[in-house]
Amino acid sequence: MQVTRRQFFKISAAGLSATSMAALGFSPSEALAEVRQYKVGRAKEIRNTCTYCSVGCGLLMYSQGDGARNAKADIIHIEGDPDHPVSRGALCPKGAGLLDYVHSPNRLKYPEVREAGSKEWKRISWHEAIGRIARHMKTDRDANVVAKNAAGVPINRWLSTAMLTASASSNETGILSQKFMRSLGIIATDAQARVCHAPTVAALAASFGRGAMTNSWVDIKNADFILIMGGNPAEAHPVGFRWAIEAKKKGARLVVVDPRFNRSASVADRYVPIRAGSDIVFLGGIINWLIANDKIQWDYVKAFTNATLIVAEGYSFDEGLFSGFDEAKGQYDRSSWNYELDESGNAKTDPSLAHPRCVWNLLRQHYARYTPEVVTDLTGSPKEGFLEVCEHLGRTARPDKVATILYALGWTQHTTGSQNIRTMAMIQLLLGNIGMPGGGVNALRGHSNIQGLSDLGLLSTSLPGYLTLPQEQAHPTFADYIAKNTPKALQPGQLNYWGNTPKFFVSLLKWFWGDKATRDNDWGYDWLPKWDRMYDVLAIMDLMHRGKMNGFIVQGFNPLASLPDVSKTVKAFAKLKYMVVIDPITTETASFWQNHGEINDVDTAAIQTEVFRLPCTCFAEENGSIVNSSRWLQWHWKGAEPPGETKTDQAIIGELFVALRKLYQDEGGTLAEPILNLSWPYADPTEPTAEELAMEMNGSALADLPDPKDSTRFLARKGDQLPGFALLRDDGSTACAAWIFSGCWTQAGNQMARRDNTDSGLGNTPGWAWSWPANRRILYNRASCDPAGKPWDPTRTLITWNGNKWTGADVPDIQIDAGPQTGMNPFIMNPEGVGRLFCTDKLVDGPFPEHYEPMETPLGTNPMHPKVVNSPAARLFAADKERLATHDQFPYVGTTYRLTEHFQFWTKSVRLSAIAQPEQFIEMSEELAAQKGIKIGDWVKVSSKRGFIKAKAVVTKRLKPLSVNGQTVHQIGIPLHWGWESVAKKGYLSNNLPPSVGDCNTQTPEYKAFLVNIEKA
Amino acid sequence: MALQSLDVLRRSASPTAAPEARTPGEVAKLIDVTTCIGCKACQVACSEWNDLRAEVGTCVGVYDNPTDLSSEAWTVMRFSEVEENGKLEWLIRKDGCMHCVDPGCLKACPSPGAIIQYKNGIVDFHQENCIGCGYCVSGCPFDIPRISPRDNKAYKCSLCSDRVAVGQEPACVKTCPTGAIQFGSKEAMIEAAAVRVTDLKSRGFDQAGLYDPQGVGGTHVMYVLHHADRPALYANLPKDPVISPTVRLWKGLLKPIAAFGIAAAVLAGFFHYVTVGPSRVEDEEKEGTL
Repeated sequence: MQVTRRQFFKISAAGLSATSMAALGFSPSEALAEVRQYKVGRAKEIRNTCTYCSVGCGLLMYSQGDGARNAKADIIHIEGDPDHPVSRGALCPKGAGLLDYVHSPNRLKYPEVREAGSKEWKRISWHEAIGRIARHMKTDRDANVVAKNAAGVPINRWLSTAMLTASASSNETGILSQKFMRSLGIIATDAQARVCHAPTVAALAASFGRGAMTNSWVDIKNADFILIMGGNPAEAHPVGFRWAIEAKKKGARLVVVDPRFNRSASVADRYVPIRAGSDIVFLGGIINWLIANDKIQWDYVKAFTNATLIVAEGYSFDEGLFSGFDEAKGQYDRSSWNYELDESGNAKTDPSLAHPRCVWNLLRQHYARYTPEVVTDLTGSPKEGFLEVCEHLGRTARPDKVATILYALGWTQHTTGSQNIRTMAMIQLLLGNIGMPGGGVNALRGHSNIQGLSDLGLLSTSLPGYLTLPQEQAHPTFADYIAKNTPKALQPGQLNYWGNTPKFFVSLLKWFWGDKATRDNDWGYDWLPKWDRMYDVLAIMDLMHRGKMNGFIVQGFNPLASLPDVSKTVKAFAKLKYMVVIDPITTETASFWQNHGEINDVDTAAIQTEVFRLPCTCFAEENGSIVNSSRWLQWHWKGAEPPGETKTDQAIIGELFVALRKLYQDEGGTLAEPILNLSWPYADPTEPTAEELAMEMNGSALADLPDPKDSTRFLARKGDQLPGFALLRDDGSTACAAWIFSGCWTQAGNQMARRDNTDSGLGNTPGWAWSWPANRRILYNRASCDPAGKPWDPTRTLITWNGNKWTGADVPDIQIDAGPQTGMNPFIMNPEGVGRLFCTDKLVDGPFPEHYEPMETPLGTNPMHPKVVNSPAARLFAADKERLATHDQFPYVGTTYRLTEHFQFWTKSVRLSAIAQPEQFIEMSEELAAQKGIKIGDWVKVSSKRGFIKAKAVVTKRLKPLSVNGQTVHQIGIPLHWGWESVAKKGYLSNNLPPSVGDCNTQTPEYKAFLVNIEKA
Repeated sequence: MALQSLDVLRRSASPTAAPEARTPGEVAKLIDVTTCIGCKACQVACSEWNDLRAEVGTCVGVYDNPTDLSSEAWTVMRFSEVEENGKLEWLIRKDGCMHCVDPGCLKACPSPGAIIQYKNGIVDFHQENCIGCGYCVSGCPFDIPRISPRDNKAYKCSLCSDRVAVGQEPACVKTCPTGAIQFGSKEAMIEAAAVRVTDLKSRGFDQAGLYDPQGVGGTHVMYVLHHADRPALYANLPKDPVISPTVRLWKGLLKPIAAFGIAAAVLAGFFHYVTVGPSRVEDEEKEGTL
């Protein structure tokens, strides 16, 4: 608008006059006092589940229009579902801003391709996209799939194309991807669980039998003491954290142990600093203190743990090494880490705990070295803080006091990740806190369905329900597989649930191959691929970096941003022939070929990778189920049509599979059998529906299943949905895609869609959604009662033995009619029936956790055993070894983490989240800032041997220098959310900094402790 | 309809008496600073519900973003790191309108019906009547209202009067993950605060207390503070907020006199226009646009 000076005066004068008149009450018109109209009065309300973290908060989505056919649904508002038992209407800042994710300007709308060497995206049709991708895949597979190994064992392995799947996609998408990949022979596959909670699965399964969060979000309120260590739930799981606050309001005490005074610490009773990467020293010190001060719940330990079991001769630990270490291979031979068995195959026990090789005595000896002085010296934690944690925990050694632990990636993302968690699992066993309401080891998982994708086995060497994918040496035949994976009980009278493996596995094969799976062909066993070694993301990247991969299919994952050592990842991508990215939004992975100056300095024209970018729906535009951290499968409903030509993941995989199958039918090709024999019974083969797939996960009867107790009756008729996994058979009469999910969609319908939030006691809501296994909410709850079946604490009665059966507020985690007299113990997945203090050969790096320094240590030594500084069982590729630094080059400890305002690398595309936290920053102490001449808000450059980032400096009292082993250790906090595909300010990928080395057991990268330098930029 | 919309108690610069017959209860929001984790869910939920989108800012070296209240950011978290008794505390206060019983903004507002106080306690701004004079900004003892640079009107938290009007809680209250923000009758909120204060005292916070400042007649947004004796620790929360003396003087004494004077001037102007006609100047400034 152009205004002349004269007009300006006129307007000003008029304005002044009006102001003055109005000021005096001479209003030109009637002043109306009316509130803004309530904007969603008759909008259509749809239920959904938040797509970000694993708290799984309930959503109400409102779409414009009342559902009339002529109104195109468009989501206009999202808020919390007040009926949801966990979230009760609340949403964290990310959840509260979901509307801007659904409508992000970075949503993809059409299939696009970036041709080799091109510097731009080109819109193409779905027909062209699917056709070209299928052709790429077939060409590569025909050339590179391997039918048999040297020994002639069918292996059906296609290693030159890798596929990543999405831990935020639904179970239904996940199970379809599982079927699709394995039929093609893909084992170079991974999901976000790898960079997240894989060590949790390893550690908790090794300790208790199942690798999942033991209790539930609401149950946290039942705790007397809450330890937060290796996690920051206020920041990463704010709505779940509400239940810690509820406990606190009832009198519980809350302590946070963390390198950084974080948002959880801001509401804790006590904050204790710790050096990143020294957790096992701290926790081992707690074990030592509990033993030294006799804070042990003896009745529990003797009855429900393996303390009394005797370890075979040959096990030893000396100067940092367990028995069986093979220096050349860098691996342990774990055969000496087992029990001494009697003639009937049971582990020998000594209830008196006198035997020098009983687990109790080995444990006591192992942790005697972890004195409070050692703890203080290596962790940098103040002694009184450490002792306060010990005392708080020690008070819960009584049957009527319970402590819980909330942890997340602060423990998993270390070379000792699994062992960090193991140490806490042992502490909770010693205190009798496992199976107890208000107790447990609560792994707070990351993505909204990371639990589900782990459950569905979307990992290199896994199958659904924690079955292993066949291994070429161990399981050349079906009979070998069954023999090796069906354990025998190690103590009399134990349920030993994995004894049912054949039923689970045969039912799974019937799902894969349908009628083509017969007893004569071992249920199609030979069509499954077999693995030789694990192809986790780090291994995949290393192969790609070495030019051994041609194709990469990336479903809802942003590996360039998520994986360590970005410059290596970019080089690896540039060696691919084709890449397919399926995502709702733009990702740095898809645009890795774009030059963004210092942020991504690549030679675009030289990159010959063909990149396809396919738009898929987000949570709001599809039906399906996702599994929250406490194992609840919650169903969600579609609220609106997706933008542009976007399709569901199921449609994209469906179309791709149908196109590939047609190519093999028409042209033939290498090893076509598994593809042509795959069962694909969906009404529309190009788009299997969520409902069809959910019913397959539950499983159905393929024949009438007679009741063995009464031959005139049937437990299920042919075609029925099964009521649960107890009905699975190993004779081909049942099919089930995921045995642990059996019960989720029965003859009574979709159990995951249930919405009865009635509290059956202690915050249990068994009528809300459905929880695996068998709708149990608190795992190992048999251990909440003493051996005689009476609750340890009558005020925390969850289940009891009523003389005939187990009964109570939760589904008993024990055979329902196995009374105390049977001696059946609570850890039913373990062949010994008890919880493992000594985890035998279940982990690769030791039966007891031991402190090893991070691969990049600020100390340059390990004062506990200077000859063995880092974990001897860590896997290190040659290219990555060269990229490790020492503390004289890079003196400070870097540690990366999330902020509550953001979720990974998505929400930088979300305006509301970008407003709340707009720009990349790092956190550092006032002391280090003063030393470096850095002031608050300055630009700084943080570098490691692998790369650098530039960010703003948050100089804070919340980080303090620590005194460790006679030196000062400075730690630098590095939030990870930035990139160049962004509504927020563009930033650097934080993963330029950490090294590509992972947890010994699971290869989860060591993001939490590595070496950096810092300077003013 | 206007006066019934939420049962008006007072309107700015309006001689019309409010209806007296109905007596709805008072509502209040309680912000328990001691269980607030500063996650900013309330900020986001507020913007989402009220269709506000501030500019994407920059990091200035602290967690505060947006860095201040604005016409598009009606509530912000203010983070303060303080060391008390050798112990670090990260005090995080949700800042926004306090919905005073005796609202300085309303008193200062010269535009009829631009600021309304409902009987339930909510103080609401009505932009259609706002003239952008900014008196509400100077009248507010908490420095809350902000004038939009886009439309020159004043904005602030409405306590989600649209939601409260249909029986819902405000958006920030509903979304608060830890339950640090609660909503209910003022009486219930005072009781809830007392429970929290007892708990805090058991954890060594001897000076824990409720912030419901009487200098403005009390507020319909109250805080539970660990250090109620020193509210200034919480990003300069005023200890004894009062309406500025200028506003009180204006309302009490000067307004009638000024009203007479200005009205006379306007009337004189009107008669001058009618009798003499407008003063005409040629458009000599065609070239000079601003």
